[in-house]
Amino acid sequence: MVNTTQPTADLSPAPTVKKIQDERLREVSLVTKIMRRPELGALAGLILVAIFFFSTADASMFTLAGIMNILSPAAQLGILAIAAALLMIGGEFDLSIGSMVAFTGLVFGAFITLSGWPLLLAIAATLIVAAVLGGLNGQMVIRTRLPSFIVTLAFLFILRGLSLVGLKWATGGSTQMRGIGDQAGEGLIRELFSGVAFEGVFSWLAAHDVIAKFPNGTPTVTGMPVSIVWFIGFALLATWILLRTRVGNWIFAAGGDPNAARNSGVPVDRVKTGLFMLTACAAALVAILTVLDAGSTDARRGFQKEFEAIIAAVIGGCLLTGGYGSAIGAFFGAIIFGMVSIGLTYTRFDSDWFQVFLGAMLLLAVLFNNFIRRKVTGER
Amino acid sequence: MDKNVPLIEIRNLVKHFGSVIALSGVSLTVNRGEVMCLLGDNGAGKSTLIKTLAGVHRPTSGDFLVEGRPVSFSSPRDALDAGIATVYQDLAMIPLMSVTRNFFMGREPVKGVWPFRRVDFERCDEVTREEMHRIGIDVRDPHQAVGTLSGGERQCVAIARAVYFGAKVLILDEPTSALGVAQTSMVLKYIHQVRQKGLGVIFITHNVRHAYAVGDRFTVLNRGKTLGTYSKTEIQIEELQNLMAGGKELQAVSEELGGMV
Repeated sequence: MVNTTQPTADLSPAPTVKKIQDERLREVSLVTKIMRRPELGALAGLILVAIFFFSTADASMFTLAGIMNILSPAAQLGILAIAAALLMIGGEFDLSIGSMVAFTGLVFGAFITLSGWPLLLAIAATLIVAAVLGGLNGQMVIRTRLPSFIVTLAFLFILRGLSLVGLKWATGGSTQMRGIGDQAGEGLIRELFSGVAFEGVFSWLAAHDVIAKFPNGTPTVTGMPVSIVWFIGFALLATWILLRTRVGNWIFAAGGDPNAARNSGVPVDRVKTGLFMLTACAAALVAILTVLDAGSTDARRGFQKEFEAIIAAVIGGCLLTGGYGSAIGAFFGAIIFGMVSIGLTYTRFDSDWFQVFLGAMLLLAVLFNNFIRRKVTGER
Repeated sequence: MDKNVPLIEIRNLVKHFGSVIALSGVSLTVNRGEVMCLLGDNGAGKSTLIKTLAGVHRPTSGDFLVEGRPVSFSSPRDALDAGIATVYQDLAMIPLMSVTRNFFMGREPVKGVWPFRRVDFERCDEVTREEMHRIGIDVRDPHQAVGTLSGGERQCVAIARAVYFGAKVLILDEPTSALGVAQTSMVLKYIHQVRQKGLGVIFITHNVRHAYAVGDRFTVLNRGKTLGTYSKTEIQIEELQNLMAGGKELQAVSEELGGMV
C-alpha cells in the first residue's frame, strides 16, 4: 500500500481532521481481558484433565497422598519448564536442559563424594558450574547468530556424553554414583533440598482430623516434599519477574523483536545470556533435589526432560516464535503432565497411553496458542 | 537559551563510504517549531543523511551543530541524549506487547527498593493513556497489544514516545509511506501537533503532497547534494515535484498520464 499517487484533498496545509469517536471500539470486556492471558489454555486444559480423572480414576487419586504423588514429578519437570518458558519468551530454546540435569548431578555428586566438600559449598559450586555452562550456551548463540536450537542440540549430546564418561571415570567403570546421600550429612541445608516441609502443619491438621492419619496419630502424609515448595516458589518468583519488573519487560521485548528492543535501549544480549544461565541453574537445582532425594545419581537422569519442559511451556501458552507466554502457564502445564502420567495408573487404562496423550495435548495447545495470538494481535 | 539558534545546523556535510560518495556537501538547518521536509528520490542520500544525524554514521567532513554547539556523535545513544530522536520505518515497536510495555520499553520507571524493585505500571498506564488521548485514540485500552493498532496509530504512538522522552528534534523516516489516506492524515495531523509544541521535525518523504501538507520548509536532495531549501511561500507543489525528480521528464510523463503522478 504505497500511496505515492493518492488524492490529497483531505490534506490542507494545517490539517484539522475532526476527532471521530470510533464506534467500533468498546470498553474492554472481562472476557477479552481473560482471553489475553497466555496461561488461559493451560488452566482450561488442567480443568479438563482433572474432570477426566475425576470421572474415570479411582477416588484415591484425589486424596492428599494422591495429590502429592501427582505434584512430585510435576515439580521436577515444572522447575525446568518455568525456566524453559522464560527462555522461550526471550526467543530462544535450550535443548540441553535434560543432559544438564545429568551432568550437574554428576558434578554435584563428585563435589560431595570425591572432594568431600560440605553440602552448602557443593551446592553453590554446582550452581556456578551450571551458570558458566549456560552462559557459554548463550554466548555461542549470540556471537554466532546460529539458531539456539542447533547450538543447544550439540550440548544435549556433549553433556550427556560427558556425564557417562565422567561417571565411569569417577566411579571406576559404573554409570551410577552411590553414597551421595550418606556423604551429604544432615542439617538445615539438607532439609532445604530434600525430604518434606511443613511437617508441623501436617501433624496439626491430622490432630484436628482435617487430613487422614494412621491409628497412632501420625498423618499419612507427613509433609509436602520440598521439591514442590521450590516449584511453587519458583513459579511465583518467575511470574513476578516477568509481569512486574524491568527485566520481565526486556524478556518479552528480546523475544518479540530483538532489533526493535535494541533500538529502544534494551540490553538484549545480556537478557538472553542471563536466561540461558537461569535455565542451566534450574536444571542444576533439579539435579540437586533429585540426587539428594535418591542418594545417588546416574547417567540417565533428566533423559528427554528438555522435550517435556518445552511441551509444558507450550501447553502453558508460550509461542515457539518467542515474545509471548507465561511462567504460571508452564506451572499448570507441568501439573497437567504430572496428573496424566500418574493419573493413568489410577484408571483402567494402559499407562502407555501417556505418550499419545502428550502428543495430542501438545498439538491442541499449539493450535490454541496460534488462535489466541491472532486474537491478541488482531491479525487476520 | 537563544530562541533563534537553530536546533540543528549542518554545513557542507560530506560522507564517503570507501570510494562511494554518499553525501557531497549537504547543508540544512532545522528551527524550533518547524517541519523541515527532506525530499529526494531513491539514492539521493536521504538515508545516509538521517543516519548521520542520528549518530549511526560519522560524517567524513563538514560542520554539525546542535543548538549552536559542534557535536560529534559516536553512537545513536549520543544523538538521543542530545535530544535527537529518530522514528524509523520499522517503528521499534513489538506487536505482541501491550501499548504501555512498548511505550516504556528500555526506559521503564521503577519504584521500591531492591530486591523488590518493580516497574511502576500504574504510572506507565496513566501516561500511556494520556498520550494516546492526545493522539486521539483515547477509547483504547493501554493493555492491548500494539499489533491491534492501525499503522497510523502505531506511527503516532512511536512519535509520542520520542516526544515524551524529551526529544527536541524528531527525525521521521517516511512515516506515511505505508499508510492509507485516513491514516496518513492522522499522522500528518500529529506531526503538526508536535511542531506546535516547539519541536523541530525533519520529515523524510518522497511524497511531495504529504510534504507540502505539513512542511514549513523543503530541502531537496539529489545525488548527495542539496539542490536548495525553499520556504512554503517560495515554491509551488509542482515545482517541488520537478525539482525532486531532477528534470522536466516527469512533467512530460505526468501530462501524458493526465497529471496524476
